[in-house]
Amino acid sequence: MTTTNTELNSIAAQEYRYGFVTDIEADVAPKGLNEDTIRWISAKKNEPQFMLDWRLKAFRHWETLVEADSTPTWANVSYPPIDYQDIIYYSAPKAKEKLESLDEVDPELLRTYEKLGIPLDEQKRLAGVAVDAIFDSVSIATTFREELSKHGIIFCSFSEALQERPDLIRKHLGSVVPYSDNFYAALNAAVFSDGSFCYIPKGVRCPLELTTYFRINTAETGQFERTLIIAEEGSYVSYLEGCSAPMRDENQLHAAVVELIAHDNAEIKYSTIQNWYPGDRDGRGGIYNFVTKRGKCQGKNSKISWTQVETGSAITWKYPSVILQGDDSIGEFYSVALTKGRQQADTGTKMIHVGRNTRSRIISKGISGGRGNNTYRGLVRVMPKADNARNFTQCDSLLIGDQCGAHTTPYVEVRNNTAHLEHEAYTSRVDEDMLFYCNQRGLSTEDAQSLIINGFCKEVFRKLPFEFAVEATRLLDLNLEGTVG
Amino acid sequence: MLEIRDLHASIDGVNILKGVNLRINAGETHAVMGPNGSGKSTLAFVLAGKPGYAVTSGQVTYDGVDLLGLAPEERARAGVFLSFQHPVEVPGVRLDQFLRAGFNALQKSRGAAELDPLKFDRLLRQRVKTVNVDPAMTKRAVNEGFSGGEKKRNEMLQMAVLEPKLAILDEPDSGLDVDALRTVAQGINGLRTTENALLLVTHYQRILNHVVPDFVHVLVNGRIVKSGGKELALEIESEGYDKYEQPRGEALPSPA
Repeated sequence: MTTTNTELNSIAAQEYRYGFVTDIEADVAPKGLNEDTIRWISAKKNEPQFMLDWRLKAFRHWETLVEADSTPTWANVSYPPIDYQDIIYYSAPKAKEKLESLDEVDPELLRTYEKLGIPLDEQKRLAGVAVDAIFDSVSIATTFREELSKHGIIFCSFSEALQERPDLIRKHLGSVVPYSDNFYAALNAAVFSDGSFCYIPKGVRCPLELTTYFRINTAETGQFERTLIIAEEGSYVSYLEGCSAPMRDENQLHAAVVELIAHDNAEIKYSTIQNWYPGDRDGRGGIYNFVTKRGKCQGKNSKISWTQVETGSAITWKYPSVILQGDDSIGEFYSVALTKGRQQADTGTKMIHVGRNTRSRIISKGISGGRGNNTYRGLVRVMPKADNARNFTQCDSLLIGDQCGAHTTPYVEVRNNTAHLEHEAYTSRVDEDMLFYCNQRGLSTEDAQSLIINGFCKEVFRKLPFEFAVEATRLLDLNLEGTVG
Repeated sequence: MLEIRDLHASIDGVNILKGVNLRINAGETHAVMGPNGSGKSTLAFVLAGKPGYAVTSGQVTYDGVDLLGLAPEERARAGVFLSFQHPVEVPGVRLDQFLRAGFNALQKSRGAAELDPLKFDRLLRQRVKTVNVDPAMTKRAVNEGFSGGEKKRNEMLQMAVLEPKLAILDEPDSGLDVDALRTVAQGINGLRTTENALLLVTHYQRILNHVVPDFVHVLVNGRIVKSGGKELALEIESEGYDKYEQPRGEALPSPA
C-alpha cells in the first residue's frame, strides 16, 4: 500500500453511541473486596445459607489465586494490573422494594433502555421477545414472565430464582463452570450480584426468544453477572444477550459466567451482541470483558450453539465452549469479533469431545481496523472414548488498513484415532484498491465497507435470530462508520 | 461529452501525464494506444478518480461539469465507468448483490426507482445474455477465484448493468486468448450506442479488429503524440512505437 491510508484509518474512528450516563440514585457497596463485602452482598439479596457458603469458598479460593499471582497471562492482550480493592462490587438503582410491573420501574431507567433501543413494554410481544434487563448489578424487569410460566418455563433474574427455586440453583450452579475453573470465574462466584436464570421443562419448545440486556452505569463498578440455563429433555430455547456501558475514562471490569446444560435431545441456542464501551481512540477507558461461558451437552443427541457478535470492550477475553458429553451431541461456535481503535480481543472456543459421534463446528470471523488487535484462540480436544468425533474449524480474518493485527492460534488435542478434523483459514484485507473498485461502481465508501463486512460475516449473521441479525449488521456499520467523504 | 485540456498528473511525486488533450463526443469510440509506462492506465485512473493520483494542472470537463471535482462514486453516478485492467476481488460479496447495490446507488442519485432483488434479478439475467457470460457467475463472490477471462467478462457484465455514458476500458484485451477476446469484443460492441462513448486503452491493435474505433491516439511519455483514424492502429501494429519515442525531457510538438 503505497498510497495514503488516512481514509482507511479514519473509518474505524466512529464515536461510541451508547456512552451516556443515567443520573440515578444507586445503592452501592463499599469499595473493595473482603469477606464482609461478600456477606454484605449476600445479605442484601437475602440469600439462602448454601449460597453464602459457596461464595465464601469461592472467595477463599480466589485469594489463593491472588497470592499465587495466577491471573491468566497466556492471552494475546496487554493491560496494567487490576487493583481489585479499587472496584465497587455491588451497585443497584435505589427503587421500591419489589417491582410488580413495569409501571413501578424508575422512569429514568426506562428512558435509558429506550435510548438503547430496548423496548421493555408490551410492544415486544409482537416481536416475540421476552426481555430481562440488568442495570449495574441487579435485574430490573422481566417481561412476559406470565406467558412463559404457562409453558412451565422459568425466566427470571438469578436473585429471584434463588428465592423461588433454590433447589434448581443448588443442583446446577457451578456444575459446568466450577468456581475453581479460573481466576475470573472464582471472582465471579464470590461476588456475582445478579444475572439471568432460565429453565425449560421437558419437551417444551420455548415460544419466544429470551433476551437479557446488561448495562453498566455506576462509575468504578464491576459487573459480575451469572447466567444459568437448563434445558430439560427434548426442549428448545433461543436466548440472546446484549450489553452496553457509558463512556468513562477509567477501565471497568466485567467478569461474567454463563453455564448452559442441555439434557437428552435438548437444544440451546445462545447469542450475544456485545457492545460494551471500547474506550476512546487512544485506548483510554473501556470495559475489560473477561468472561467464562461454557455449555455442557450432557444428554444424548443434545445441541448447544454459541453465536457472538463482539464489537465493544477495550479487552475481550472470552471462549464460549461446549463439553460434548452425550453421544451424538453437537457443539457450535459462530463468532464475529471486531477490534478497532486500540481494542484487543482474544476470543475463540473450546470443543471438548467426550461422547461418541460428537460433532463440532467453529466459524470465527475476526475484523481488525485502526490499531486493533484480534486473536482467535480455539481448542478442539478429542477424548479417548469419543469414537468418530468430527470437527470443522474455519477462522478467517479481515484487515482494514495496515496498522491492525490478526492472529490465529488453534490448539488440537486428539486421543482417539477415529477422529476427523478439518481446519480452514484465510486472511483478506480491505484496502484502497478494493474500496476504489466499489466506489467506481457507484457505492460510497461506507456502503462499500458495509457490503464487504456483511459479506465477510454472513455465515455468522445467518445464525442470529432475524431481527438481531439486522441489529448486528447495523451495529457493525455504526462501529466502522468513519469520517470518510 | 468529455474534454481533457492540458492534463498533468503524477503519482508519488513522479509526473506521468504531461499535458494530455482529448475531446470525445457522444457516439464515438476512441482508442488510446501506447507502449508500457506511457501513462495509459494513469489516464484511465485519473478520469475515474483513483486516490493517490495527483492532478497537478489541467481541466477535465464532463457533460459541462468539472469531473476532477467529483468523488469517485459521484463520477460513477454521473455515468463514468471504468473497466479495470486488473479487476479487484471483493471476498464474500456475491456479484449479484454487489451489482444491485451499485445499480441502486446510481438509480437513487438520479431520482429513479431502486429495484428489489426480484426485479433486479430479471434485469441481471437479461444483461447476462447480452454479454454472453455464465449466469452462475453472478452467484459467486466478486472476482474471487475468477480466471483472467472471467474477470474481464465480469467487467463487461457490470458495464452492461450500469449502462454508462462514458466507458473507459483499460486493456480489456490483456491476458485473453483469441476466443475470449472475441467474446469480450462482442460484449463491448453490443453496448455501443449513439448516446454513449467509449475510451478504449490498449497496448495491442488486435482488439481494434473487433471493436473498430472512430479515432486512434498514440500516447507516449505522458502526451498524445499523434491522432488519426483506425488506420493509425494498423500502422503502429506494423511499425511499433519506436518512431514516437524520444529521449525523456525533450519537448514534442503538441498535436493539432
